[in-house]
This record gives sequence, C-alpha cells and structure tokens, in this order.
Amino acid sequence: MDFPLFLQYLFAGITYGIIYAIVAIGFNIIYNTTGIINFAQGEFLMLGGMISISLLHFMPLPLAIAAAVIITMLVGALIEILFIRWIDNPSVLRMIIITIGISILVREAALHIWGESVRALPYFIGSAVTSVSILGTKISPQVLIVIGVCSIVVVFLSFFFKFTSIGREMRACAANRKAATLCGINVKNMVTFSFMLSAGIGALAGAVMSPITYTQYDNGTGLAIKGFTVAILGGLGNSPGAVAAGLILGIIEAFSISFLPLAFKDAVAIAILLIILFIRPHGLFGSREAASLKEF
Amino acid sequence: MKFFIPHSFFIPRRRLCMKNILKKAVLTVAAFGLLAVPGLQSAQAATIKVGAILAETGPSFLGVPEANTLRMLTEELNAKGGINGNTVELIIKDSGGNPEKAISFSKQFIEEEKVFAIIGPSTSGETMKIKNIAEQAETPLVSCAAAAVIVNPVAKWVFKTPQMDSDAVKKIYMEMNKMNISKIAVVVGNTGFGKAGKGQLLKIAPEFGIDVVISEVYDKKATDLSAVVAKLMAHKDIQAVVNWSIVPAQSIIIKNIRQAGWDVPIFQSHGFGNIKFVKAAGDAAEGVIFPAGRLLVAEVLPESNVQKAVLVKYKSDYEGKFKEDVSTFGGHAYDAFMILTKAIAEVGPDKAKVRDAIENMKGFVGTGGVFNFSPENHNGLGLDAFDMMTVKDGKFVLYTK
Repeated sequence: MDFPLFLQYLFAGITYGIIYAIVAIGFNIIYNTTGIINFAQGEFLMLGGMISISLLHFMPLPLAIAAAVIITMLVGALIEILFIRWIDNPSVLRMIIITIGISILVREAALHIWGESVRALPYFIGSAVTSVSILGTKISPQVLIVIGVCSIVVVFLSFFFKFTSIGREMRACAANRKAATLCGINVKNMVTFSFMLSAGIGALAGAVMSPITYTQYDNGTGLAIKGFTVAILGGLGNSPGAVAAGLILGIIEAFSISFLPLAFKDAVAIAILLIILFIRPHGLFGSREAASLKEF
Repeated sequence: MKFFIPHSFFIPRRRLCMKNILKKAVLTVAAFGLLAVPGLQSAQAATIKVGAILAETGPSFLGVPEANTLRMLTEELNAKGGINGNTVELIIKDSGGNPEKAISFSKQFIEEEKVFAIIGPSTSGETMKIKNIAEQAETPLVSCAAAAVIVNPVAKWVFKTPQMDSDAVKKIYMEMNKMNISKIAVVVGNTGFGKAGKGQLLKIAPEFGIDVVISEVYDKKATDLSAVVAKLMAHKDIQAVVNWSIVPAQSIIIKNIRQAGWDVPIFQSHGFGNIKFVKAAGDAAEGVIFPAGRLLVAEVLPESNVQKAVLVKYKSDYEGKFKEDVSTFGGHAYDAFMILTKAIAEVGPDKAKVRDAIENMKGFVGTGGVFNFSPENHNGLGLDAFDMMTVKDGKFVLYTK
C-alpha cells in the first residue's frame, strides 16, 4: 500500500469515526444525567438534517441550521415532558423501552411529513465534486467541517460538564437522584435540559453531515447503532473517550475494507463491540470502579 | 430500534375466523337473493380487483411513482367506464421493499381479497419470493422489477415489464467495446437488483472480452463509501467503474469517486433512471453513462419513433398531476397496468384466458419499449428497448459519441 492510498483509507476512517463519535456524544449527555440510553438519539440527527433542509427554502444556510437546532431542541424537550417526566420511579429497562418507542414514533412522523425520499443540504463549500488536496490525497472539505464542528462540540461539552454549575448539577443527577434532590437540584428540569442539549447537538451533527450521508426519514437508526457501539467502546458518559473510540472504530473499519470485502465492514464493528463487552464491559476509557457503581 | 421488533409485528394479521364465518353467511344469503331474482346478476357490472405490492417506503424511491401511476390510470379507466363496463378496484400495499411483507401481502391478496391479478412487486428480491405463490394460486403476476431471473426460466403465470438486466449489461459492454475499455470494477448495492446485476455482469463479461478486476457489494444504507473507492483506486489498471444499484447509496459512490479526484468513466444501471439520484449526486453525476428506456428523453425523440406519442402523453399526464419528474419506474407500472387491462378487455375477466392473452400479445407500445411476448419470453422486450443516456447539466440526455 503506497502512502497516498494509505491516507485515502485513513481519511475515510476519520470521516466514519467522527460521525460515529458525534452520535455517541449525544448518547453520553443523556446518560450523564439520567443513567439511561436514549435510543431516539439517531432521530434527532435525522430531524436536524430534515428541518434544516426544509428551512433552507426560506433563509440562508447558517440561519437554517441554527433554527433547525432550536426546533429540534424544543422537540427534545417536548418528548421528555410528554413521555419521561411524569414517570415517578423509572427503571432503566422501562426508560429504554420508552425511548425505543419514541424513536419509532418520530421516524413514522417524519415519513408522513417529509416522505420517503432522500434529501441533502448542499455542500457548505463548493459542490459534490470539490475536494481539497492534503499530502497528495484528496478529500471533501465537508469532512473537515464535520471534524471541526465535532471538535468544538467536544471541547464545549467537557468544559460545560466540569466547570459550569448547571453541568455539574446534571452529573449529580446521574450519580444519585435522591442525593441531588436533597441538595436542592431540580432533577426533572435537569433531565429535560439534558434531552434538549443532546437533541441540539444531534441536530447540529445531522445538519453538517447531511451533504455527506444524505438525510432520509429512517437513516437515524443505522447511525444510532454505530453511535451506541462507540459510546460503549469509549466508556459510557465519557465524551473525549467517545471521540477516540469513534476514530479507532472508523479507522479499523476503513482499513478492514482494504483486505476484506466491503460487506464485512459492519461485522467488524459489531465483533469489536462484542469483544469489548466481554473483556472490558466499562469501555476502553471508562473506569471499572465508576461503572460498577452504576445501575446500567 | 428496528432490530428488536420482528417484522411480522407490523404485518396486518388475517381477519378473525368469526368474521370469515359471518362474511360467508352474508355471501350465501346474498347468493340466494341473486338466484331469486334472475337477470339481476348479468345486469350488474362486476368489479375486477387488482392488487399491487409496491415499495412506497423503504430504502429506494421505486414504489412512489409506481403507486401514483397506478392510481392515475385506474381513475382514468374507471372514469371512461372501466373495462367493458367492469370497474377496476385497485388495492395498493406498501411492502417497504421487504420480501417478508411482500409474501404476506401476496397471500392476503390471493386468499382474502381474491384479486384477479397482482402488479408488482417493485423489487427483484421481493418478486423472486412471491413468484411461486402466484404460480400455485394460478394468478397472473406482472412484476415491475428488472432481474432477468424473474422470467428466465419462464414461469407460467409470471410476467415482467422492465427491460432485462442482462440486456442492460450487454448494452453497457457494447459501449465499452467502442471506448476500448477492457478492465473494469463492479460495485453493486446489496439488494436483489444489485445481486442479480452482479451475476449478469460477471457472466456476460467474457463474451465481450471484458475483465472484471474487482467487485464489491455495498450496504443499501451506506452513509459514506470513500474507503471502498480507495480500494478500487488501488487497482491502477481499472478503466471504468460499473455501479449497479437502485438505492440512493449509488449516488454516494459517484460523489466519493469524484471527491477522491478520480477521473474514471462511471457506468450505471437502468436503476439510475430517476432524476432524484442525479440531484442527490449533484455535480458528480455529470457524464455518468447508463442504459435506460426512452421515457427520460421523451420530448427530444424524433417524431418517427413509435413510442413517442405514448411517452409524451404519460409524461405530461404524470407530471401535470403529481408535480414531480417522471421516472422509468412509474413507466414500468404503466406498462404492467396497460398490458393487464388490454388483455382483460380482449378476452374478459378470466384468469387463464388473460394469461394466454398476455403471453401472445404482440406489438404493444409501452413506455419501456415495444412488447412482443411469447411462451419463451415473458418480458417481451429486446436489446433495442434501451438507449444509452448520460447526465448533462443535471438532466438526462441521449448519449452520443
């Protein structure tokens, strides 16, 4: 394998990886507040893409994406208020089943609103054939935009959860609901807020990756499965871990294609997930002690 | 999440036994009633039920133009008084491109609805699964799917209207011979259409002196395929890429090839014949070469072309009614409906006679070409049904070089 070809695979892997990572981060936000996995996370991506595509007819691109993010955040809040908030003592399993139900509901609603056809935002820079040359190999500038947006989101979230009071309150809710309530934290509002935050980040990701992956009413599911794999791989709740795990998985997938038929790509990903679950159930970057204290 | 729920969960169950018994009771009473009043039966026009199984949702676009077309044609036909006074009742079921659902709907059509004939399914994978069901029930099936294996070997009750994928392959290879291309890469989507196409591409290649250097299958839900493009680019001797697919992911391959700065000729299948795929690929679609029926270029055909009148009428009717571009897939449904209703008009609503009438139909001008059916050929189309097309300024045009 010569060097430009090596880079070609590497960039393909980074593209896959960064997309998985940003989905995984959405899982982590809600997990960090509620201790559950929101399986409707993929649908937030789809909504972000679809809404910004629809709004593009009325406003310029940055505004359309911003509006789509806000609308999706409201949808996230609405979902939490309607389906999650009123449950008094939620068990993990019950919450997971509810989120699976929500994901089917949102998907079917999207099918009725936008139909079955595939849509995409235009490329932010240039067109579908524009590419930039890096070290003798060519990639689409959109990939660089996705990488940039993802990096900003990760840095922002790390600061948010560590240094702001609202971020710390959200983490407290996941650690122990009762203790958090006793400390005067409004747990229910924190959960609503975490749904809004993860919906917003999902929508932003869905919009920036739309030119690459396209947006269709049901393409959230596939992304959610990969994102979930990456979230586990990186250690649930650990956002920098998710980025590292996403890149590792993406790059392994890309290089697996060089010697295996393409059809085995997903098999490679799932095989890695199974191995990790057997050997390190708390993920590559998670802590064993922390994981053993959690319910899920 | 989709994975956790078996598909059968969504499939409507058969009605309860009680309801069936009730239905039978009502029918018996009605039958006695009819016996008591002779003459009434013949005076009343019958309803001919036609079932259609179409992939309106799912990973491809196929079912929507097909369903639109069938609804439009049924409306038109019934407004004109139906077939010799018999109204046609159209029942459309959305299979989502899922073979299990297609099986369940076909059984429902045959056992419960007692349909006269079935149009569809949209995809080759689904058609292959319900072929035998139609055979056993002796119900005519006119498929809107492309794979040659549907009618080769011939099944007594099964017909199809899209052009043969084997003919599309020959057309592509003929073009390659002209361009002095002999080493190619083949990439296909993992649907029935893609798999059947891959089989034909590999089988027919030696006849034209073409060497398939590498072949890959991509997932119909793929989101980025730049790694597989890298794999193809590693073979420096590849002179052209054949991308055989009916799923939107086919546009991703084209984009990724051009983004990697690879200036290779790209050939597509007739599954590219929907302008939405061109829009999805944007500028990358320019110059893609593919075989397709003449519907896409109806207006620019010479007046002498026998198909022109049919094509232009269908195109303007469809685009006027649904405000979207016509596609060859809707055309396949048009042909299926027209062939079926023509046969019924000729010999009356009798399944066996209609089957014979379709099998012996000659010179029917449809959107896919001029159909000449025979006991050996249940497709009725030949190589001449295809023309090579290309994309110029985001539109389909005839390929000339």
